[in-house]
Amino acid sequence: MLKHLFKLIWNKKKQHFVLMLEILVSFLVIFAVFTMVVYYYKNYRKPINFEYEHVWAIQYQTEGRPGRDDSLMMFHDALRNQLKAMPEIEAVSFTSQNVPFAMSSTQNNIAYEGVRATGVNDYMAEDDYNKVLGLTLQSGRWFSKADAGQKYRPVVINETLKEKLFGNKEAVGQLVDKESANPLKVIGVVNDIKDKGDYKPSGYGMYRKADTGAYHWMRVMLIKVSPKANTAFEGRLYRSLSSYLKNATIEIEHLSEKRTSMNNFTLVPMIILMIVAGFLVLNVALGLFGVLWYNINRRRSEIGLRRAIGATGQSISRQLVSEALVLCTIALIVGCFFAVQFPLLHVFDMETGVYLTAIGLSILFIYVLVMICSFYPGRQAATIYPAVALHED
Amino acid sequence: MIQLQNIEKVYRTSTVETLALNNVNLTIQKGEFLSIMGPSGCGKSTLLNIMGLLDAPTKGEVKIGNESTVNLSDKQMAHFRNKKLGFIFQSYHLINDLKVLDNVELPLLYRNSSAKERTQLAKAALEKVGLSNRMKHFPTQLSGGQKQRVAIARAIVGEPEIILADEPTGNLDSAMGNEIMDILLELNSRDRSTIVMVTHDENMARKTHRLVRLFDGSQVS
Repeated sequence: MLKHLFKLIWNKKKQHFVLMLEILVSFLVIFAVFTMVVYYYKNYRKPINFEYEHVWAIQYQTEGRPGRDDSLMMFHDALRNQLKAMPEIEAVSFTSQNVPFAMSSTQNNIAYEGVRATGVNDYMAEDDYNKVLGLTLQSGRWFSKADAGQKYRPVVINETLKEKLFGNKEAVGQLVDKESANPLKVIGVVNDIKDKGDYKPSGYGMYRKADTGAYHWMRVMLIKVSPKANTAFEGRLYRSLSSYLKNATIEIEHLSEKRTSMNNFTLVPMIILMIVAGFLVLNVALGLFGVLWYNINRRRSEIGLRRAIGATGQSISRQLVSEALVLCTIALIVGCFFAVQFPLLHVFDMETGVYLTAIGLSILFIYVLVMICSFYPGRQAATIYPAVALHED
Repeated sequence: MIQLQNIEKVYRTSTVETLALNNVNLTIQKGEFLSIMGPSGCGKSTLLNIMGLLDAPTKGEVKIGNESTVNLSDKQMAHFRNKKLGFIFQSYHLINDLKVLDNVELPLLYRNSSAKERTQLAKAALEKVGLSNRMKHFPTQLSGGQKQRVAIARAIVGEPEIILADEPTGNLDSAMGNEIMDILLELNSRDRSTIVMVTHDENMARKTHRLVRLFDGSQVS
C-alpha cells in the first residue's frame, strides 16, 4: 500500500507541490522558533553561579575626583573605607560598566599559542570583586595585594575561555597575549556566570585587576549588603555618597531587579516571535485542512470506487491520513536538508545539540499538526456513501 | 447465485419520499448473464447497487451464494465486495493519476497478495481484454472503449464470481459498444462468470440470457 501511495503522490506531484511547500515553510519557521526555545531553555537550566541577591550596583558621575593617580587612589580608598564602615555593607568593589545584568558590555580578543578567542567579556575587578559576587574558583586564586608590581599583569578567566584556549591543559601560570605589549598571566579560573540573564550563555570572560589608570574611568561600585539592608539604609547610603561625591549623579540599582528586566528584555522578542509563529501555524493548519478537505471532495469518485472494490471506511480514512503523512515526510526531508546546514556551517555559533533537538521537536510538531489536520477530512471521507459518490461522477 | 427478496428502496428527504424500488423479487443463477432494462429513473442502477452491496435496501433481503448480507459489518461487506464482486461503470471510474496496470491492480491492494502476484494477475487480466500493450499508459491517453476494457480488466482481476455492469456501453459508439459486449459475453461463456448488466440498449440486452424490465421501481417482466 505504501508503494501505491508513493505512486499516487508522485503522479500528482504538481498538485502536491504547493502543499509540500507550505509544510516545508512551516517546518522552517517552527525550526527557528524551537531553536530559540531550546537554546534559551538550555541556558536557563544552567546554574547562574554567582550571588545577585543583596548586591547593589552604584553608578556615580562626578567631576570632583582628583586628577593625579595617587590622589585618585586615596580618594577611592577613603570612599571604600567609608562604605565598609557601615555595618550593612559586607564587601565593596569598584568595577567597569559591564556589571551583571547591565546592557553595556566590554569585549576584547585574546590569544594563546595560535588559538584566538574573540568577543571575550572583559571585566575590571578589584580584590573584593569575587566576594561581592560570590564567584567560585575552579583553580588558582583571585587577585590579592601580592599582585601589585608583578612583571605580568594578572588575569582570571572563566571556564569557557579556559576550555577554548587551553583545552584540558592547566591554565594557571600560563601567559596569554604573549605577542602584545602587555601579556597577561592567568592566576585563576572561575566558574562561568550567567551575568547576561537567565536565558543567555555566559560566553568567554576574563577579569583583569583594576590598575591605577583604570580608576580614571571606572564609575561603578558593586556592594554586597546584608539581608537587613532596607530602604531606609538605601536612603542613608545615598546621603552618605552624596556628601562624599560632591555634585555627583548617583544611581543605586539592585541586581535582582536588573536581572528581572534583563530577562524580560530577552523573553519579550521571543514571545512576540512565538505569537507570530503561532498565527502562521494556525494559517498553515487551516490551509492544510482546506486543501485536504478540497482533495477529498475532488476525489469522491475515487473514494466511491475504492469502497466498491473492497476498501473499508477505515482503510479509506487511513489512506488519506497516510497520503498526508507521506507528503509531509517528503517536505520534512527537504526541510531537514536545510536545517542541518545550521549546525554543519556553525551558523549563529550554537551547540549542535540545540539544532538537533530543535529539528526533532519541529518534525514531531509538523507530524502532529498534519495528523490533526488530516484526521477529520479522513474521517469524513470514510463516511462517503459509495453508491452516491459513484453516481455523482 | 443472487437472490433478491421483497426488495424495497425509499429515498427520503425532509419533504419528499421517493419509492425507488417496490417489492422486487429476483433470482439469478450461477453463470447467468442477465440484463436489466427500463426507462431513466426506474431504479435500475439502484437495484444494481443493492446487489453490489453499495446501497442497502429499505426492506427485503439480498442473498449472494446463499449467504444473507443483511447483518454484515462494513468490514465484512468490503471483504465480500472485494472477493465476490466485480464492478463496471458507465463512466469507467478509472483513477487518472495511476497507470493502466496500477488501476487494474487496485482491487488486489485490498487483499493479502504480494506486489509480484498483483502485477502478474493484472497483466493477465489486461491480456484477456486485449490491452497488454497499454499497461504503462495513463487513462487520459486511452479512448473510451479502451478505458472500458481497463475497467473490465479491473473488475475481473480478482476473479470474482459476479460481475455487475452499470451501462457499460452507455458512453461508447456502437462499434466500441459491441467490442465491450463481446468481451462480457466471452467472460460469461469462458469463465462462467455471472453477469448482471444494466442497459438502455435493446440490442445489447437481446444478447444476454435473460432480460428483466423495470418500470417505476417495479419489476414488469
